[in-house]
Amino acid sequence: MAYVAVKGGERAIRNAHAWLAEERRGDPSVPDLGLDQIRQQLGRAVDRAMGEGSLYDPELAALAIKQAQGDLIEAAFLLRAFRTTLPRFAHSRAVDTARMRAARRISAIFKDLPGGQILGPTYDYTHRLLDFELAEDTLPPDAPRAAPDPSPMPRVPDILGREGLLEPDGATDAEPGDLTRDPLRFPAGRDVRLQALARGDEGFLLAMGYSTQRGYGGSHPFAGEVRMGEVSVEIEPPELGFAIDIGDLTVTECQMVNQFKGSKTQPPQFTRGYGLVFGFSERKAMSMALVDRAMRAEELGEDVTAPAQNVEFVLYHSDNIEATGFVEHLKLPHYVDFQSELQNVRRLREAVERREAAE
Amino acid sequence: MTAAPEAGFADPVHDAQRCFRAILDAMSRPGRIARISGVTSPAPLGVAAGAALLTLLDHETPVWLDPDVWAARGWVAFHCGAAVVADPAACAFAVAMSLPDLTLFAEGTHEEPERSATVICQVDSFSKGQTFRLSGPGLREEEELSVQGLPRDFASIWERNHALFPRGIDLILCAGDQLTALPRTVSIQEV
Amino acid sequence: MKGYNFAYLDEQTKRMIRRALLKAVAIPGHQVPFGSREMPLPYGWGTGGIQVTASILGQNDTLKVIDQGADDTTNAVSIRHFFARTAGVATTTSTAKATVIQTRHRIPEETLRSDQIIVYQVPQPEPLSRLEPSRVETKRMHALADYGLMHVKLYEDVARLGQISISYDYPVLVNHRYLTSPSPIPAFDNPKMDRMPALQLFGAGREKRIYAIPPWTDVRSLDFDDHPFRPINAPQACGLCGAADSYKDEVVTDDRGGRMFVCSDTDHCERRRNDAA
Repeated sequence: MAYVAVKGGERAIRNAHAWLAEERRGDPSVPDLGLDQIRQQLGRAVDRAMGEGSLYDPELAALAIKQAQGDLIEAAFLLRAFRTTLPRFAHSRAVDTARMRAARRISAIFKDLPGGQILGPTYDYTHRLLDFELAEDTLPPDAPRAAPDPSPMPRVPDILGREGLLEPDGATDAEPGDLTRDPLRFPAGRDVRLQALARGDEGFLLAMGYSTQRGYGGSHPFAGEVRMGEVSVEIEPPELGFAIDIGDLTVTECQMVNQFKGSKTQPPQFTRGYGLVFGFSERKAMSMALVDRAMRAEELGEDVTAPAQNVEFVLYHSDNIEATGFVEHLKLPHYVDFQSELQNVRRLREAVERREAAE
Repeated sequence: MTAAPEAGFADPVHDAQRCFRAILDAMSRPGRIARISGVTSPAPLGVAAGAALLTLLDHETPVWLDPDVWAARGWVAFHCGAAVVADPAACAFAVAMSLPDLTLFAEGTHEEPERSATVICQVDSFSKGQTFRLSGPGLREEEELSVQGLPRDFASIWERNHALFPRGIDLILCAGDQLTALPRTVSIQEV
Repeated sequence: MKGYNFAYLDEQTKRMIRRALLKAVAIPGHQVPFGSREMPLPYGWGTGGIQVTASILGQNDTLKVIDQGADDTTNAVSIRHFFARTAGVATTTSTAKATVIQTRHRIPEETLRSDQIIVYQVPQPEPLSRLEPSRVETKRMHALADYGLMHVKLYEDVARLGQISISYDYPVLVNHRYLTSPSPIPAFDNPKMDRMPALQLFGAGREKRIYAIPPWTDVRSLDFDDHPFRPINAPQACGLCGAADSYKDEVVTDDRGGRMFVCSDTDHCERRRNDAA
């Protein structure tokens, strides 16, 4: 066989993209998937793409999911690449989750509490039996609704904090860092760590959080509160001098309450781990809170021994867009390096053979 | 009511790119002189100094202005969006009409030597004045640079800065529509 | 391209990268952190090189993009197409005609000129990363110029194998000060970096680092007096153009051990064949 240099990369790419588009659409006799269907019926997927894509836009997230054929990391990547091109007009004020219009709110550490326990639309007590009726286009009966309870719903940490049993949350007025503009620096502040976790891969955080429960950096967590619902986003244009509401976000917040024996400088009190993510994603919010608390080990004078407590390890490996890129880049051609490695191994083997022959 | 500041780049995208390449070239080959065009600079800044500011500064770069440059303060704030700071140690860029005391500015740290100030200094001319012999990275062999408008003892001032390596100040010199650069790596001898 | 700035990046991002580039040139071989943006190509596909190229590129530039030394590898084609689309610049496969060359894993055979800039795509800018994974630690080592870890690794190679066994991404000392990754080029290419007339820029997008080597700067491949640096290449001449001194790819031609060696630098090989014809 004569060697012919591989040409026509451009055509190969074009053809691959055409094939991909055809694959994505699938059998043309099956109706095209509408973005409203994705938004309405694949809400958890939309939430995850928005969270890891760091862009709150359910419509665009639905488009990204459609374009990515349901590959949620690919969808988050599409959103990130779009997000990076957007001009920044204003910075919002911090959202106030105490004023959340909660669709769900549970506390594992109190039987009842002001504002009550609200189960909301949860899978928690569903029996995981495949529902064959769902395969047909059936309309579920209307869910019964209670009149909204207008009484305030204080956050559990605020309740505990009044007694001084829980550390204060260390809120500051300092401008938070932004990982998407400035590279990570160490020691990394909690603001930047939380931003990294909020953008981080759900699976990675889940595994890291789980590892702390199994003893790798245990922190004796209690789910102080998990709440999900809508919060208002406000900006304060300098020319107005007062805040205006620019829209609502659905977010899930988790306040983990952790045992703490106290240290030389602090009396025994409970400490916090915090999680906040776009959309409805308890698994991620809770994992995030576990990992946030684990990463505070050094600050709280605990031994840093486990992966989840290693801030550098967690922050450098939590981003699935970075991770998937670097893992998958191994499929790009590496034949030049492989060739040098081949020649190297041949040379080393020759040296061994020469030595053996001489002996 | 003040007059509208003079215009920035005529073609912001491409003029900035050309000016950047000139500065990159000068920083890569210390002492190489480039000619800049495309900008109307406010007094007392010349074309090259104005273009360098438009190319490198924005709201992320605190800038320190020597009092002789204050006349151009409004222009710097308006066209670059850079915050003018009073503390020279807090600036990323310094702009001066004569060489300021380099020890006033951030020199960077051994871990982060890049966190040092870049000083943009306007001088009179590159075609007359004192001649310096330059050597170091970027230069195949020793090169000469003439500058009118630097202090008499510039070579020894620079020696102190050069000796800080990897820390140190990087200098961009501008004269009218010409500019050149002296990175901290260059070693300078008086001829 | 409609809706996007010249060369894709917005001007604010370009300024941020340009500032990092100037500091990188002023501190040869030192990794400067930068606010790497999320690009429309995946990390690992050259996002760092692309951001550097986008920040230096002008209307009058002529761009060449190579991957593995070849202009026609799919990723090189894709990146070249990206800049043709977003910047409308002229592109070329000719090393001599290019003003900016973006590369992954090779340095062209033809000696680069002082009016050219070569931009390397860098997957892992930290030369010590395989010996010390913590960047907090390696940063401290660079600050102290404490490269004992690397010398020990090389010494252990010699003690165990009788020679230094690194064949690509072979660490270099830039300007007698910073230990630097040459990017995963074969060690064969390392000598081209020493006192190269062209400016060398390095972009690592995922790791958010930029570094540079000015023209005519000393770049030394680490070695020992009694075990000098020895680049590796196939001993065979190119099966297409006959070149003996170029870096070769090994091409398997059948399943019975048949193989041929051809220039990895496709432009170099083509030019030699044209000259011979």
